[in-house]
Amino acid sequence: MPTLPALSSNWKSLLLPFIGLLFVFGLFTALIYAFEPDNLSAFLSSRNAKTVITQTVIVGIGALGMTMVITSGGIDLSAGSTIALSSVACALTINAFASGGDPATIGALGMAAAALVAMATGAATGAFNGSVSCLLKIPPFIVTLGTMLIARGAAEGIAKQSQVRTPENALQNFMQRKPDPEWLFLAPGVWITLALLIGVGITMRYTVFGRYIYALGSNESTARLCGIPIARTRILIYTLCGTLMGISGVMSYAFLGSGDPTTAVAKELDIIAAVVIGGGSLSGGQGSPIGSIAGALIMTLLVSGCSMLNVPDYSQKIIIGFIIIGAVAVDTWKTRRQAAG
Amino acid sequence: MLALRGVSLDIRAGEVLALIGENGAGKSTLMKVLSGAHQPDSGSVEMEGRPLALTSPSVARRAGIAMIYQELTLAPHLSVEENMTLGMERTRFGFLRSQTQKVEAALQLLEAEDILSSRKVRSLTIARQQIVEIARAIVSEARVVIMDEPTSSLSGDDKQALFRVIRKLRDEGLAIVYISHFLDEIDEIADRYTVLRDGESVGQGLVAESTPESLVEQMIGRTIDEMYPRPDHDTGEVVLAVKTVHGTALPRGVSFDLQGREILGIFGLVGAGRTELARCLFGLDPVVSGGIELNGGAEMNLSGFQPIKALTGGLDYLSENRKDEGLAQNLSIAANTTLSAIRKTSRLGFLQLEEEKATADRLAKKLDIRCANTSQPVSALSGGNQQKVALARMIHHDSDIFFMDEPTRGIDVGSKHEIYELIHSMAAGGKSIIVVSSYLPELLGICHNIAVMHRGSLSKKRPAEEWSEQEILLFATTGKHQPSSVAQ
Repeated sequence: MPTLPALSSNWKSLLLPFIGLLFVFGLFTALIYAFEPDNLSAFLSSRNAKTVITQTVIVGIGALGMTMVITSGGIDLSAGSTIALSSVACALTINAFASGGDPATIGALGMAAAALVAMATGAATGAFNGSVSCLLKIPPFIVTLGTMLIARGAAEGIAKQSQVRTPENALQNFMQRKPDPEWLFLAPGVWITLALLIGVGITMRYTVFGRYIYALGSNESTARLCGIPIARTRILIYTLCGTLMGISGVMSYAFLGSGDPTTAVAKELDIIAAVVIGGGSLSGGQGSPIGSIAGALIMTLLVSGCSMLNVPDYSQKIIIGFIIIGAVAVDTWKTRRQAAG
Repeated sequence: MLALRGVSLDIRAGEVLALIGENGAGKSTLMKVLSGAHQPDSGSVEMEGRPLALTSPSVARRAGIAMIYQELTLAPHLSVEENMTLGMERTRFGFLRSQTQKVEAALQLLEAEDILSSRKVRSLTIARQQIVEIARAIVSEARVVIMDEPTSSLSGDDKQALFRVIRKLRDEGLAIVYISHFLDEIDEIADRYTVLRDGESVGQGLVAESTPESLVEQMIGRTIDEMYPRPDHDTGEVVLAVKTVHGTALPRGVSFDLQGREILGIFGLVGAGRTELARCLFGLDPVVSGGIELNGGAEMNLSGFQPIKALTGGLDYLSENRKDEGLAQNLSIAANTTLSAIRKTSRLGFLQLEEEKATADRLAKKLDIRCANTSQPVSALSGGNQQKVALARMIHHDSDIFFMDEPTRGIDVGSKHEIYELIHSMAAGGKSIIVVSSYLPELLGICHNIAVMHRGSLSKKRPAEEWSEQEILLFATTGKHQPSSVAQ
């Protein structure tokens, strides 16, 4: 398989997130062995591995979208709100199909429609972010900060400020650690994440559009000079990112079993952290989908390890906070080293 | 980084030493060493016979070395006095003590008593700000003042005022290091010179005993004729007709014709609008009115023109700024080479990476781009090799008309020569090239024809042989072809 010239020289930085993942895993194994030996077998069990992997799905899918945005030199702070809005849209569509609360009437059509509506909701949010930022020339940080509130408000509004409960349906099985049917081995959501990873990976490495993502993030002036359609590319990037947030919203619905307008608050920060831990650069031009997934796994593993260590919730927050700062410090250090030649 | 390898120079009190050399000869790096910002790998600095370890900028300042940089380093919102005493404040009980006397004495010494010490620096002209900066060196009791291209943003009168100040400092017994590549200035102000080339000191002597030609030959390491190959092919039909193009401020109503296989040089001083002209014609800067005709076709209005349209129309542009505009620095050589014509190495939206690599390898070989392989990021290359990547991209896109803005700025002599040769072979092969430059010998050397910009207007183009340097500079500074006394 040919490698992308832009990345092949960075194969070490591509490997780095997985070394980080192994390191976090080894560290927690050692800590649990030392302080909570009773939990060691639980931590190392395949059950826990499956839990960690399944719990990575929501941030992981979001991180795939965010990788494209960050690599292109942008940012999307509305990710968490978009996930919530899409999950509500998903639940409302299910209810529209479930006439009289009868689960039987939902059917495959209803579930497909719900997923599509959630994706369309996310896509529309992303298209809004991209268009407003490009056409009104407002920095994406500001636009998506606004959208963060708009989408959250919209989610609460259409959900009438409460959870949207739905009759039981197969979509809710998408995030089950023990999938149905069992031969799937992992939850359908995990397989979907893997498929999306391959899709985004191919897009970024092997398509003209992917090259444009890197070029825009590396140097927008050069991109303009070379005749790259900047606005069109950027709007498409944000729309795709929004679509992935929509899929993440479907997973959030599946995980909670309902559409929750208050879910995924500040999730964008986990997602951005996953991208940065995975080798993405907030100054643009660098990012790798597989690295971002590794970054997302590190975040979940951290939470799992901390709870096995019986570290209270507040300490987990502190640790994750430091991880984010550390990841950005690594990012700046890399940029500086690169600038120094 | 090996920007310097073996530089020796001695600086004497009461003397102006000119440090000359081309861009990239190592002048700036030497400055950084003397100001304590960079540590040399070997070698030593002695001051008045005692060894001096310049370990940091503050050590250098305390030792009496003051730097006057190309860009001024004053704080615009602070007053003249606050700026001049910055970092040297004196306090009593934690409160600032006035040093107005000292400040005014320094200004008086420079015959600039009219600069009030209480004025905000941003209300002064650039030239006056520079005086403040020099006065700061006096307040800090500097004994060596190093000036890096101090006249780059000054007009003729201000330049003379600066020279008076420099002579004054010299007569006070200070040692001045004057860095410049303007030989006329060196002739006027300096007593001795040292020439740097490729990071080495290659010559020194008394300015009075040198000629500009001998200095240039030491700077470039070869004679001028060898440096600039003359074009030896004829030009063809008109391929581009520019019709009264107005930009938002510059250019102002520029018209000219460009012929097939022609190399046209456009000269202008800073701010004359030479870069803006090229940018307008490529759709990078907005055009208010005016148009172009390509290959004798219908006139195309340039308002709303975009690079993407220019590229389709067979134009291409080499940016004067490789780092911020010309190249995507952290992308690979291959990705940069194919970026403007990515359809040539892709099918149905998918990149053909092997084809891309083959293309980049072929062009890297053709242009002698020195790299480990073409998947290296562009940022790993030297300036000259980076410029070759930008040129490789133009060759790959294969337009017919090229705007090259300062194609040899900041690159080494060897690469310069290769780029001149390349421009010639491209033109001989049927391309038309506009070279925009602020370096006159280069244009006189390599172009068929030259036109000069002055305040947004362009002179008539004339064959390079028919222009003298004096005439070009006269038009560039006054907008007139003949001195008025001769015209009468």
